[in-house]
Amino acid sequence: MELLSGADMIARFLKDEGIEYIYGYPGGAALHIYDALFRQEDVKHILVRHEQAATHAADGYARAAGKPGVVMVTSGPGATNAVTGIATAYMDSVPMVVLCGQVMSHLIGDDAFQETDIIGVTRPIVKHSFSVRHPSEIPEVLKKAFYLASSGRPGPVVVDIPKDMTTPTERYEYVYPTKVKMRSYSPVSRGHTGQIKKAVELMLKARRPVFYTGGGVILGGASEGLTDLVQRLGFPITTTLMGIGAYPQSDKQCLGWLGMHGSYESNMAMHHADLVIAIGARFDDRVTNNTSKFCPTAKIVHVDIDPSSVAKTVRPDVPIVGPAKSVINEMISLLQGKEIANPNELVEWWKTIDGWRHEREGKLYEPSAPGEALKPQEVVEAVCRATNGEAFVTTDVGQHQMFAAQYYKFDKPNRFITSGGLGTMGFGFPAAMGIKKSFPDDNVVCFTGEGSFQMMMQELSTCKQYGIGVKIINLNNGSLGMVRQWQDLNYKSRHAHSYMESLPDFNMLIGAYGFTSIRVTTREELEEAMQRTFADKHEMVFLDVAVDPHEHVYPMQVPLGSMRDMLLSKTERT
Amino acid sequence: MRHIISILMENEPGALSRVVGLFSQRNFNIESLNVAPTEDESLSRLTVTTVGDDRVIEQITKQLNKLIDVVKLVDLTEGDHIERELMLVKVKALGAARDEIKRTADIFRAQIVDITPSIYTVQITGDAAKLDAFLQAIGPVGILEVARTGVSGIARSDKILSL
Repeated sequence: MELLSGADMIARFLKDEGIEYIYGYPGGAALHIYDALFRQEDVKHILVRHEQAATHAADGYARAAGKPGVVMVTSGPGATNAVTGIATAYMDSVPMVVLCGQVMSHLIGDDAFQETDIIGVTRPIVKHSFSVRHPSEIPEVLKKAFYLASSGRPGPVVVDIPKDMTTPTERYEYVYPTKVKMRSYSPVSRGHTGQIKKAVELMLKARRPVFYTGGGVILGGASEGLTDLVQRLGFPITTTLMGIGAYPQSDKQCLGWLGMHGSYESNMAMHHADLVIAIGARFDDRVTNNTSKFCPTAKIVHVDIDPSSVAKTVRPDVPIVGPAKSVINEMISLLQGKEIANPNELVEWWKTIDGWRHEREGKLYEPSAPGEALKPQEVVEAVCRATNGEAFVTTDVGQHQMFAAQYYKFDKPNRFITSGGLGTMGFGFPAAMGIKKSFPDDNVVCFTGEGSFQMMMQELSTCKQYGIGVKIINLNNGSLGMVRQWQDLNYKSRHAHSYMESLPDFNMLIGAYGFTSIRVTTREELEEAMQRTFADKHEMVFLDVAVDPHEHVYPMQVPLGSMRDMLLSKTERT
Repeated sequence: MRHIISILMENEPGALSRVVGLFSQRNFNIESLNVAPTEDESLSRLTVTTVGDDRVIEQITKQLNKLIDVVKLVDLTEGDHIERELMLVKVKALGAARDEIKRTADIFRAQIVDITPSIYTVQITGDAAKLDAFLQAIGPVGILEVARTGVSGIARSDKILSL
């Protein structure tokens, strides 16, 4: 039997749970815990410069590694600064455990110094939260927190720890709990066989089928199974933004991603399909456009681990509640020895789809002419070539995010890491830090814009402290590009506060931290800059590229329309 | 349509706020709400009446089930059930009205539980519609104060909501 203080239990538990890095920032209510972290070497704490960055860093790691990220913050402002990052993780179902210091229990409710009801503040943006009421509960509470965060539909879990729960002189028995029991929580382990059979029958009979798969496939570790299933059937597949990489994008069956800025062929295929097989996707508004006009001729199969995602916005014909992996495997075994009923019609369907592909070939954007400003799309394509499409890519939010998703081609899951649900500007850079720390030998690229980057640029200091070498590609158009695009389309180009005057000299800014910064303004400079940027995987390089401020992201779905109603360029629409 | 949903949830601090918060967070209605511990002290029973079409009610039950503190729930309106609410009403009881209120209370099988020379305090139980009818019968002029518990309910016959 081992006697440990609450603070030591936390450090010890994290080690026993196999946690290597935690991201955080100390403060009064968390000091006993920080002292415990100081007195051990197994769990390494990365000191960020703002608590929001801690949550994004842990989030980036979690998405890349498929394991829960861990955050440690103090009470009050420490905890409230973490809120945006918790909401980001919640919207994208990312496993994360956030440990918050809290004022002493006897002070709770007194408006004590640095007191915030963080359980209350985060209630709508967590999967669950715990408040520790006795130090001896700590191992069990933490085990439950990690179990909840990473099982079923993953999500962030907040653990509030009043300072007197971690008093160094009060010691209690510590045993690492190997099992968790919660009578009110039992995530589904497999889908309903009868429903899966029905889905497979529909798949075999389909004439114009399309797979529509989301982040749930990646979170559920079902990418391999999905690839097998899709290739056996020979059906087209489109993924959501969150599902990018679950199926290799270089394969001809992949139509790219769908929705508001999805590919022309994806949106057209969805609209004309007679069967949509949705797996781990949630029919959100950025995908469906107007639900009353969504996929008018399709029967819909919807596989999701979360029952509340099924029939929330679009009612499926065959709902299946279950984990993507086991449902897909069951589908594969039911397909053994079976042939699709209409092979000729599938051939026709592919001809139609290839026609759509052909229509837009070479018309996606107009490359820059010599002497003109670079197009952001060209820069993304250059980065993709320079990294062989193998980097971990994070993004911030806006036009650059869409360009990165459109023009960087991913063949693997867990590689494209973006705030899809909440759309959090400032996410990309700290997320890249968190990934690089755990995947030091991979290229980690953050596509950002001068707007988003300035929301979290204080993390340059963290990178300096820990020698974190990420590549920041700043698609600098001197304006909040996506806001500006909407203002061009909907507000007669009245650019209300979407400009960025008084930008810093990024070379000097980055130089102040001792990092390399490269400024590119013409196409001629681009290739050399790429070589320099990616010469050393471990070196932090900031590539500041002046891009055409007038470029828009296309395709773009027309508001309130169906999936096929799209603007294709500034002058064309479907 | 109006639905009565009964929920067994962990008798833990914060559990109630998660349930109530969910309704406002997701833009669901609460018409009435009633909560108390059960014979098993680790559980509370919460009954909420809400209004919505089938799609909304389906989302409400699914989202409630997703809350970690919710152990079990039942939509009582899906089957035969008993619905009760308790109401205490203070009414002006002067002159001819004094007798009339007593008679009305008798008709509704209500009890007068406190009196002063000018006021009756009436206790009445029944479904929400009966309580509404009683208030209407008394008339708005005479009513001084109303305290209602919100609806509680239980399924008829051998259907049991327990662990």
